[in-house]
Amino acid sequence: MKKISTGNKAVAEAVKQLVPAVVAAYPITPQTEIVEQIAEFVSSGELKSRYIAVESEHSAMAACIGASITGVRTFTATSSHGLLYMHEMTNWAAGARLPIVMANVNRSLGPGWNIWAEHTDALQERDTGWLQVYVSTVQEAYDATIMAFRIAEHNDVLLPVMVNLDGFLLSHIMQPLDTVDVGDFVPPIHLPHAIDVKNPTGYGGLTGPDQQFKFRWDIERSIRDSVKFIEATEKEFAKRFGRKYGFTEDYQCTDADVIIVAMGTLGKEAEVAVDLLRKEGIRAGSMRLRWLRPFPKLDLKGKQVVVIDRDYSFGRGGILATEIMAQTKEDVFSVIAGLGGQEVTYEDVAGFVRKRRMGEEFWFGVNTNV
Amino acid sequence: MFEIRIHSRGGQGGVTAARLLALAAIHDGKYATAAPFYGAERRGAPIVSFVRIDDRPIRIYSQIKKPDMVIVLDASVMDVVDVLQGLKAGGRVLVNSAHPREFKGFVSGHVDLTGIALKENLVVAGSPILNTPVIGALAKQGIVSVDSAKKAIREMFSDERNVKVAETAYEEMSA
Amino acid sequence: MIDPRSHDSVHRSFHNHLQELNTIPEIPKEEFILKCTSACAGCSDSLALRYVLKAAGPDTVLVVPACCTSVIQGIYPNTAFNVPVYNIAFASAAACASGMSNAFRAAGKKTNVIAYAGDGGTLDIGIQAMSGAFERGTDFLYICYDNEAYGNTGMQRSGGTPLGARTTTTPTGKTDNKKDIDAIIAAHDPPYQATACAAYPQDLFKKVAKALTFRGPTFIHILAPCPPGWRYSTEKSVEMGKLAVKSGMWVLYEREYGKLTIGAQSKAAIKKPIPLEDYLAPQGRFKGIDPKTVEILKQRIAKNLAKLTAEEAAP
Repeated sequence: MKKISTGNKAVAEAVKQLVPAVVAAYPITPQTEIVEQIAEFVSSGELKSRYIAVESEHSAMAACIGASITGVRTFTATSSHGLLYMHEMTNWAAGARLPIVMANVNRSLGPGWNIWAEHTDALQERDTGWLQVYVSTVQEAYDATIMAFRIAEHNDVLLPVMVNLDGFLLSHIMQPLDTVDVGDFVPPIHLPHAIDVKNPTGYGGLTGPDQQFKFRWDIERSIRDSVKFIEATEKEFAKRFGRKYGFTEDYQCTDADVIIVAMGTLGKEAEVAVDLLRKEGIRAGSMRLRWLRPFPKLDLKGKQVVVIDRDYSFGRGGILATEIMAQTKEDVFSVIAGLGGQEVTYEDVAGFVRKRRMGEEFWFGVNTNV
Repeated sequence: MFEIRIHSRGGQGGVTAARLLALAAIHDGKYATAAPFYGAERRGAPIVSFVRIDDRPIRIYSQIKKPDMVIVLDASVMDVVDVLQGLKAGGRVLVNSAHPREFKGFVSGHVDLTGIALKENLVVAGSPILNTPVIGALAKQGIVSVDSAKKAIREMFSDERNVKVAETAYEEMSA
Repeated sequence: MIDPRSHDSVHRSFHNHLQELNTIPEIPKEEFILKCTSACAGCSDSLALRYVLKAAGPDTVLVVPACCTSVIQGIYPNTAFNVPVYNIAFASAAACASGMSNAFRAAGKKTNVIAYAGDGGTLDIGIQAMSGAFERGTDFLYICYDNEAYGNTGMQRSGGTPLGARTTTTPTGKTDNKKDIDAIIAAHDPPYQATACAAYPQDLFKKVAKALTFRGPTFIHILAPCPPGWRYSTEKSVEMGKLAVKSGMWVLYEREYGKLTIGAQSKAAIKKPIPLEDYLAPQGRFKGIDPKTVEILKQRIAKNLAKLTAEEAAP
């Protein structure tokens, strides 16, 4: 069914289809519309979920963990400081092998209080064992949320999945949305290690130095296995619903000399920069990275790479740039742009490409010598 | 691509106006996006919303710098904000006003949205509803079709007076 | 550190002395909230804060977690408040204030440390830190201005939202009671706590001035009617506050070393309350409230007033 929706409401629409038994969430700008819409669905009876208005984000994830281990589907949403406050428990959720799905609306970190788009919040969760996907349109927010449940709940994955949307730039804008009837695309959840009073067992108790490392390896093995299940899920989605997704969204990369790599809405707007550059005779392409974890094998051989990081790791560099260089073993032109919602247009992006200097880092708005 | 910037104050429905316009354009078979520029929740502060309409999918998220059209839902905003900033030469201006407004170098238009809303007693929390009548005015200007404008209004609002004020604004607006 | 054995008696005599000096406080003219805040029209938070700062004076630091006040300050590079304001993460106002107070006192400074937070940041996410700060006898004033929802993020329900009230996350009315944070604070045995209301600024001024004469943790809970949240027109904030008190839905009182005194306005309300409906009807958030819920609210009000009356009368 065709309609118009904000990114936030599209996520809520997808959740409505998946009927999590429990949604536990806490409000934070710019996520609030997601939980408000879900609360409204629950209130009107359209969604038969229990909505727990918890008293903090740490409790939101703890509540999701408690619900999930009983073997039911769960969902939450947060952003920025809420995600950070949850951090102890996001680690816990992955370690407990729970297929919780969470929407994170990417927002910067204070001080000062800044409510606009930045990716550092979710990127600080990259070590936790959560799978992470970054979307760039309202339609993709809807589709990715549906697929997230199927991927998370696959019995060879059983890891939580975070769906990231840019704060305000995607969460609050309206774009067309085509909703689907999910049907059996996401089968009913079956959690093999769910609590069973007839078969009692302890969960997450004291574990010694001779054992713990094995559980850590289990997480890694599952995240590596998830690659093929992500691919299969996206393929099946394309077959059933007609929209194709991959680990990256590539635009004019095949014959490109220089490729722009970015995530989220900037990754999409970069396509417009590519069109502009091509008119000038520069063979540019854009590669919008969708899945951050598991981090995919990127096809960048023989290309110059301009990485735009809407994030930073202090003392080290742009996080995407760092990860890409580790994989390709090549220098990139690392652009740091968009922090705290800093305005970055396709014209700016075209400028980054025109003035690229391989092996250097450029802070947009700070450096004046590029 | 046609880019529109809407100026209003928080609580007047400027964001909803953008959404309505985008929805109407989509019903016209176009691609459209609507975006507010937000600060924290606050009534009375000047805000802007953006609408882009195109025949192809829209891949731009950054703010509209060179609009083709500017809509001013609250004329008092013009005292504090340069509403014409970036407006393309020969671009259109539509002001919510009972009196004509001239903006040199641009195609100026006015319609008394407030008066139209008040006449139907279409007022919520002390503010006259401006976003539904303005869609009618925009239909007269050919930005969206009349049918799609009505369809969009009915999808977003249950009160049929919203259609009526759009029709009135259509009548009163010069083409 | 205050020696707990001598704390009470030393305090009482010091305190009585100050009370003699301040029998009729004049409200100073100096303003600490400058023009052009980012507050909504009709904002009770800024009204309350105006009097809080007049009572506290310039030797004051406000510790402000995420809440409406974070926004009211305005945007960098400006600040609308003429005292230092330390903005801190949502959960940790009281913890931050605890550290700050200890640091000031260690340096021999008497600077007022006031944690100034909304109901969400006090009753919900901030309760752990507040309880800890109170249990440790921290020398600070904690003020909770209560607009009965998460205002900054667009009016979602909080622990402070009353039964039956509509918010964006309780679209058909909240089904849980308002958390009694004053009772929770009382259980920590602070030297002073009070309730106040933005509609009674002189009463609020006196209470803040009094609270700041105590050493140790003090608490003031201010009802802050909120036009966009409660859905009434912006010029009626003071009227709403008065209706809240006159209906008994909000009670003005103080506890000094645990001894309760009910305020005159509430005593009058206990004697002759206005019907609760008079308070609920003008607010959009109570529109369509189930009469059964109104009945429950009335019973709870009656029970609360009886309990407070009995407590006040007890020796």
